[in-house]
Amino acid sequence: MASQDAFGRTAAPRSSVLNDPRVRGVLYQIVLFVLLVLFIYWIVGNTVDNLRRLNISSGFAFLNQRAGFDISQSLIAYTSDSRYSRALLVGLLNTLLVAAAGIVTATIIGFVVGIARLSNNWLIRKIALVYVEVFRNIPPLLVIFFWYFGVISVLPAARDSIALPFGAYLNQRGFYLPKAIWGDGAWLIPLGLALAIVMAVFVARRARQRQEATGQQFPVMWTNLGLIVGLPLLAYFAAGMPLSFDYPQKQTFNLTGGFAVTPEFLSLYLALSFYTASFIAEIVRAGILGVSKGQSEASFALGLRSGQALRLVVVPQAMRIVIPPLTSQYLNLTKNSSLAIAIGYPDLTAVGGTILNQSGQAIEIVAVWMVIYLGISLATSAFMNWFNAKMALVER
Amino acid sequence: MKNTVKVILGAAALGMAASAASAATLDDVKAKGFVQCGVNTALAGFSAPNDKGEWTGFDVDFCRAVAAAIFGDPTKVKFTPTNAKERFTALQSGEIDLLARNTTWTLSRDTSLGFNFAGVNYYDGQGFMINGKKLPGVNSALQLSGASVCVQSGTTTELNLADYFKANNLEYNPVVFEKLEEVNAAYDSGRCDAYTTDQSGLYSIRLTLAAPDDHVVLPEIISKEPLGPAVRQGDDQWFDIVKWTLNAMVLAEELGITQANVEEMKASPNPDIKRVLGQEADSKLGAGLGLSEDWVVNIVKGVGNYGEVFERNIGQGSPLKIARGLNALWTKGGIQYAIPIR
Repeated sequence: MASQDAFGRTAAPRSSVLNDPRVRGVLYQIVLFVLLVLFIYWIVGNTVDNLRRLNISSGFAFLNQRAGFDISQSLIAYTSDSRYSRALLVGLLNTLLVAAAGIVTATIIGFVVGIARLSNNWLIRKIALVYVEVFRNIPPLLVIFFWYFGVISVLPAARDSIALPFGAYLNQRGFYLPKAIWGDGAWLIPLGLALAIVMAVFVARRARQRQEATGQQFPVMWTNLGLIVGLPLLAYFAAGMPLSFDYPQKQTFNLTGGFAVTPEFLSLYLALSFYTASFIAEIVRAGILGVSKGQSEASFALGLRSGQALRLVVVPQAMRIVIPPLTSQYLNLTKNSSLAIAIGYPDLTAVGGTILNQSGQAIEIVAVWMVIYLGISLATSAFMNWFNAKMALVER
Repeated sequence: MKNTVKVILGAAALGMAASAASAATLDDVKAKGFVQCGVNTALAGFSAPNDKGEWTGFDVDFCRAVAAAIFGDPTKVKFTPTNAKERFTALQSGEIDLLARNTTWTLSRDTSLGFNFAGVNYYDGQGFMINGKKLPGVNSALQLSGASVCVQSGTTTELNLADYFKANNLEYNPVVFEKLEEVNAAYDSGRCDAYTTDQSGLYSIRLTLAAPDDHVVLPEIISKEPLGPAVRQGDDQWFDIVKWTLNAMVLAEELGITQANVEEMKASPNPDIKRVLGQEADSKLGAGLGLSEDWVVNIVKGVGNYGEVFERNIGQGSPLKIARGLNALWTKGGIQYAIPIR
């Protein structure tokens, strides 16, 4: 909107209202808006018309029909008797699972590599450089194929699984872990953990208060580590060790029992993490370089060691530069997870595609896809904006 | 990703297509000078490009037959390779005029997708293939409990698979891919124990595996898969042309009209043959379809009769060596039965 008005100008010579840039601006916007509405109206009307003419059924009622197909990986109860809507939910949860796991791992790798790129050690610096350049310059789909066809599918077949410590197995059908089975009294353990976390927060707060008041430091990290590991362990023994494991067993076709991570999930998760981490590493490096050199010099002058200077002075300031571009990397990772379809991971796109084909409701499914991905992205953005506001420089 | 884009474009095309454009497909086809035919991306014997880059196969020849019926020239056809997921939107949106892509005829595809199936050009059934070398002793699908099964997404196969394992109380783990090539690669690399699709498909795919002789097709057939060409609803003339092209091919075999003898057969005294080949005086049969009177001659000259097309692409004249079985003529123990042309 043209918000600058003619305030202060001397009365202009009378002319047509249409020559007033302000009026004209509003007029153009109205015209554009009307055209847009008409265009959308025409598209929707034409679509409905065509669908009716071609006898293609439409509407979202089909979501209540029986799905009839199985999904290999599901976080919630699902059978072929479930509805299409439930199948979509299974797909959505699988998308969120791989996105969340990928975001955490990509952030960790990204920060480590980003800091490594600025290391004083030549070898570490160069390894980080090669990592970033390799993964940043390969399309994500190829990275996924690399993990799926290049790494996981050349692992030995099920009957020659690689045995790992603690009863875990690795083969081309995935990664098999023993599944923990909790016995009676196991509720004491999460209770111990919750108690430990509360105490840890309390310890941290008291330690900060004491340091601010007296300057004395308290070994917060070691105390809290002891609490968080020790209390659940104590609860575990107090409850009489109520834990047993279900180990994967070799059967005719494959290992059964235990907890299986499918190769599709593994490939997608590793590929997305490694790919996005290369971008995050560059963002972190830029963020650290963006903090004025005087800041670290001043911290050294105050007697902080380089680790402390990084942790207490440089990184908190770098975060302000890092967070906004980090948000778009998180969004990219989530959206790239739809490449899952190439390797058969049942994410929202893959499951939606199956439903699209079984029901023939292309327009509806495409609409569902768009709305859900838009929703996930907007929610991620909203969270990151909140986080950014929290980390931003508080100006007084 | 590319496929998703295609589907979205297809869906968008449904919105953009002017209402009147596709009412008379025959006029559109004549105006542009070729039939746009949707076929499988690569299923040896049914539709696959040969070493010269030309499309060949059983379904491909059906497309050519339709082109021959309309233009008198079997080459006036363009092929759109489609995967299982794209094929329906491609037909709905008008991107293709005809879908001949080993597609199973079902009620819901006939109704809610808005298609008409022109008949059955191949009676098939779903089966399983396993690597007999890696899994000795498995000789029935009922022994597949706990197996990982590779399947293409969005097919009737995927649904039959779920039903079959459920009905027999067997556990399994579906590994679902969008593209045929991806399913083949995953099965070949050992990601799955079994591969399931139509039996004809299994024989075709087996040829493309690294060691075809290691793989066996299990005897169970778990479903009926009548495969046939489909067109959009709402254009009866076009539907008739496709339907009668299929009938004419089967009828030609029944009457013994072949690619080699079709010219001599024109002079045949047999009234049936004379009528079918348009040699009857004042014949109006072709005109009823909007075609010339020698449409059947053109079909047979262009691609041959049903039996010739079968043997050349998937039968004894091909590496697949599929027996006629159910697809033999009704007079020879099969169920291929042509509706009379008169």
